[in-house]
Amino acid sequence: MARIEKPPEGSWTAHYPELGTGPVSYEDSISPEIYELEREAIFKRSWLNVGRAEQLPRKGSYFTKELAVANTSIVVVRGMDGEVRAFHNICRHRGNKLVWTDFPGEETSGSCRQFVCKYHGWKYEVDGACSFVQQEGEFFDLDKSDYGLVPVHCDVWSGFIFVNLEHEPRQWLRDFLGPMTTAIEGYPFDLQTERFSYRAVVHANWKLFIDAFQEFYHAPVLHARQSPVAALPEVQAAGFEALHYQLDGPHRLVTTTVGEGWRMPPEMLKPMETVTRSGLFGPWDAPDLGPDPLPAGVNPADRKHWGLDSFQVWPNFVILIWERGWYLTYHYWPTSHNAHVFEGNLYFVPPKNARERLAQEMAAVTFKEYALQDGNTLEATQTMLESRVVTAFPLNDQEILCRHLHKVAADWVDGYTRERAEVGAR
Amino acid sequence: MSERLLPDEFSELEPFAPRWCLPTERERFAQRMTSSMEDMQTFYDAFFPRAEEAIQYCDKFELDDMPEDAQRLLQLLYSLVMVSFPVEVWRQPHVPDSGAAYLDLLIEPIP
Repeated sequence: MARIEKPPEGSWTAHYPELGTGPVSYEDSISPEIYELEREAIFKRSWLNVGRAEQLPRKGSYFTKELAVANTSIVVVRGMDGEVRAFHNICRHRGNKLVWTDFPGEETSGSCRQFVCKYHGWKYEVDGACSFVQQEGEFFDLDKSDYGLVPVHCDVWSGFIFVNLEHEPRQWLRDFLGPMTTAIEGYPFDLQTERFSYRAVVHANWKLFIDAFQEFYHAPVLHARQSPVAALPEVQAAGFEALHYQLDGPHRLVTTTVGEGWRMPPEMLKPMETVTRSGLFGPWDAPDLGPDPLPAGVNPADRKHWGLDSFQVWPNFVILIWERGWYLTYHYWPTSHNAHVFEGNLYFVPPKNARERLAQEMAAVTFKEYALQDGNTLEATQTMLESRVVTAFPLNDQEILCRHLHKVAADWVDGYTRERAEVGAR
Repeated sequence: MSERLLPDEFSELEPFAPRWCLPTERERFAQRMTSSMEDMQTFYDAFFPRAEEAIQYCDKFELDDMPEDAQRLLQLLYSLVMVSFPVEVWRQPHVPDSGAAYLDLLIEPIP
């Protein structure tokens, strides 16, 4: 008997009948051919989050982003007019990567008035205009104004910077994000500037890690030893049920409770949790996020005992908002059909004192303990999926978001191949 | 006698300071992975009972204007957080079932 009420259809999955309930193929996570299609169909057609506005604090602030999945590198920069712009990171002269430090494949950031190419000294304004050509007179009928940096569509929503690599994006950013995600507009992301930024190369398909963090069915099992509470027989037997699931176009949401450490007796906690008043679910004492109520899109089903919302923003971006007044983001950047770069960022209100700082440290260290277990499981999954010994997998109702992700990925690939076929037929 | 690293009130913890007063998570994590459980248990047993007192000591200062010895005491608290998982939960330095997985912390708050 479910403890949490499900939709009238009897299950979350049945509430979205287009998902079906049959076993799911994970061929999309092991096929190099499907991966090549995903690059074109998904990553070159979606709005991709590449960072936060706070990473560009001043005019001339910039950072680069390696987008191996789309075969390019971009530079994102705040112009002298304050606007955030993005450009392909290539010098118009002979194709050198324009902005990099020491190692061309590594991302970099900084602040400048102009970009100067290391190779032949061509210069570009931070708005992209070519401003200087070394020995300009040696060229033939060269007009600098024809040689500005190649722009990438760039837009900012709630401080999140997105780019779109399509020649003409099919949707504006807000339309792409859809009503479920844009309903959290007004959430005070901008107050939470204390940042812990993690990165790892994971030898698994990008969708497998998304799956790992978008279902919590695994949590009572994989992480059983992490806390005395999780190890309780009744907790193990009860398993996991989410408070709410919601789909909106290609995007997904799960709302759950969290372990309310501040209500638990000490014997149910790690001693260090009691001392720091913090743990996996963040510092127990929530910071002041201002006088305004949280936007309606946060805890959208208005559930009692709301602990977190995990917004799975298509295709590879997650915003996870905690009831205790902090948030984190995940990014999954594919590098091949069986590898990707994982980025996790934890954001807190800057601590007022050492006690608050230590509580944030406790949350960050705990996060990593869990993530290491999650990350390692993925390689084990990838290698066995690749054996193709089993090709269809049953997903339960608590795994609805995994079912949705793989369906959306397939739908976008189908749409792309259909369009290509139509163009070819003409 | 070498120079003291920690505030006088915490002089009994001096033996742990050279190894565990580390400014970055990367260093603290590496120290944990290469330390024996016995070493971490000894550090934990010595410092844990005084953790609350250490927090109160650090709290007397502004975070961005802490004397160096207080900063090192705060770093020692970060290390206590770091070793609390091996000591309180895992009974081993590394996270079980984490194998070759790693997660680098590239940007972190200072201090």
